[in-house]
Amino acid sequence: MNKKILLILLVLATFTVVSVASAAQPLRLLTWKGYAHKELIDKFTKQTGIEVRVTYTNNEEMIAKLRATRGAGFDLAQPSQDRISSVQKKYHIYQPMDYSKIKTGEFIASMLAAVKKNTLVDGKSYAVPFCWGTSGLVVNKKMAPDAKDYTDLLNKKYAGRISYRLKRPTLIALAFALGDNPFAKYSDAAAYKALMEKVGAAMIKAKPLVKNYWTNGDALLQSMRSGEVWVAMAWDGGGWKLHKENPDIDFVAPKSGALGWIDTFALPAKSKNVAGAYKWINFVMQPENAAIFTNLEKYATASKGAIDKVDPAVKANFKRCFPKTAVDNIKWYPPVPARLEAIEGKILDKVKAAR
Amino acid sequence: MKTSLRWSLFFFLTPVLLWLFLLIVLPHIDLLIMSFRMDTDDGKTIWTLSNYLNFFHEPIYWLTFVRTAVYSIIVTLLTLVITFPLAFYITKVVGLRFQGFFMTIILMPFWVSELVRVYGWMILLRESGVINHFLLKFGLLRHPVEMLYHDSTMIMGLVYTSMLFMVVPLISVLESLDDGLIEAAYDLGANMWHILFKIIIPHAVPGIVSGCIVVFMLTLGNYLTPNLMGGKNSLWFTEQIYNEFIASFNWNQGAAFGFLLLVLSSLVIWAGLKMSGQKLSQVVQ
Repeated sequence: MNKKILLILLVLATFTVVSVASAAQPLRLLTWKGYAHKELIDKFTKQTGIEVRVTYTNNEEMIAKLRATRGAGFDLAQPSQDRISSVQKKYHIYQPMDYSKIKTGEFIASMLAAVKKNTLVDGKSYAVPFCWGTSGLVVNKKMAPDAKDYTDLLNKKYAGRISYRLKRPTLIALAFALGDNPFAKYSDAAAYKALMEKVGAAMIKAKPLVKNYWTNGDALLQSMRSGEVWVAMAWDGGGWKLHKENPDIDFVAPKSGALGWIDTFALPAKSKNVAGAYKWINFVMQPENAAIFTNLEKYATASKGAIDKVDPAVKANFKRCFPKTAVDNIKWYPPVPARLEAIEGKILDKVKAAR
Repeated sequence: MKTSLRWSLFFFLTPVLLWLFLLIVLPHIDLLIMSFRMDTDDGKTIWTLSNYLNFFHEPIYWLTFVRTAVYSIIVTLLTLVITFPLAFYITKVVGLRFQGFFMTIILMPFWVSELVRVYGWMILLRESGVINHFLLKFGLLRHPVEMLYHDSTMIMGLVYTSMLFMVVPLISVLESLDDGLIEAAYDLGANMWHILFKIIIPHAVPGIVSGCIVVFMLTLGNYLTPNLMGGKNSLWFTEQIYNEFIASFNWNQGAAFGFLLLVLSSLVIWAGLKMSGQKLSQVVQ
């Protein structure tokens, strides 16, 4: 009797071991909200048999998570291109990209070259571009027809109807709006600190006008929808999503320049499924899949062929908001040198603590 | 007999000790070491006290801590004032049959996570929220009012979150109070306030103090509620620690703040115990 049970258990145990071994290794993706849609994941799993597990996060938490494990726990991450090289130099959380495993022909060549250049550490590059967009203003034009620049985030006219993130892009944007060039001061920590203090003082002075500092994109869209917020600093994709629902609300490329970002694919140092990661990159960058993403999230991708497959309404967004001068005026983030974050962090704390 | 007992004790104790050591003691040692280290401008890591000194030199840091501590004390006292009558009512006034029912009602909100509860409050209180909607509909307000993002809203949220942790110790301590004492006091002509201050509260002090400690610590260490409900003015000390770790990448500073929070909150509790004349060993029983 006992032997029988033992035998059954043994057989069961063997089965579980075998089934675990034969199932494909899942792909653990560390990314932004909206970057891995169910539609794409299902299609990918059907094609390759690889299960995708997604964790949503932002740049800062992505770096902190990978730093805590020294690059383990995830197989593929999607940091912004400007936040890779200094972090890699200091914490070694990524591994170099093997560009021969990627169908580089699918990419917009200039964007791929720019990302390769900006993520270059000790002769090796660490990322490929995925999608890009800008930060600027999302404005309810019925209520705030004159909001044209970041300075309107400090404008008394919109008291109580203003919202922005308490994060570094806001500091950079306001520095540009105050007539300075923060990117030019990246290499000079003292000058940068002085500039940030000036921006911080302006933010503290205008703090009573702010409704809240948003932290969650969906929550911001909700308060714009309900008319609680008229002028916000946000990503263009969010503004275009709202424009589809309510034509009064739209993205506005600010006069002092929208801030251009590129989010990438990068391989964490201890990725356990590098093959799966390359498969996912190549899958997502196929024109029809990149177009699915763009149609849902409104962000353009670095996929060369996708633009022909994107809905005309989505294409129209960019034409409407970015005339030639606005495109030329986009301020692209250069790689962030180490230690600037600490300067910014202190200013942001001061703003948040101010009365 | 004796050796087998020792072996079984060893057997059952090992997982607990391993758990404590590997998951609590070791990371804390690592953090403690980290809090005394600093990256210099030329990329070297040195031993330093500057992370701790920063806290005292920069007004923003210690002011945030003082603010957090004061608000936590206010929340603790408010929670006590609100839940004491409630606990008394449940233990002494309603019949035994309904005690379980009332306890379940108090427990019910805690079956969902804190995040969900806070979002629930936000839906109720926001400018385009449920309460404003009804106030407008009944003509009590002409324009919607923003009820979120005030300190008072944040305190309300924190009190709501910590009520359960005050009610439970109060109920257990009040249950052990002999009803006969209250009846005898009435017979001897004492009024309600005398009974409250001479009999009920002295008996309940251990429960009050242990409830207060739990609520104070939970409030001080809360991150979600101040951040979401307090909005733009609510820099809580925990958020400052989070910012140091996540936004500034300055783990050394964050670790130092963490230990300062531990030490300073222990001091507040020590002061509280001294003032109420209680001993920690009695209170935690």
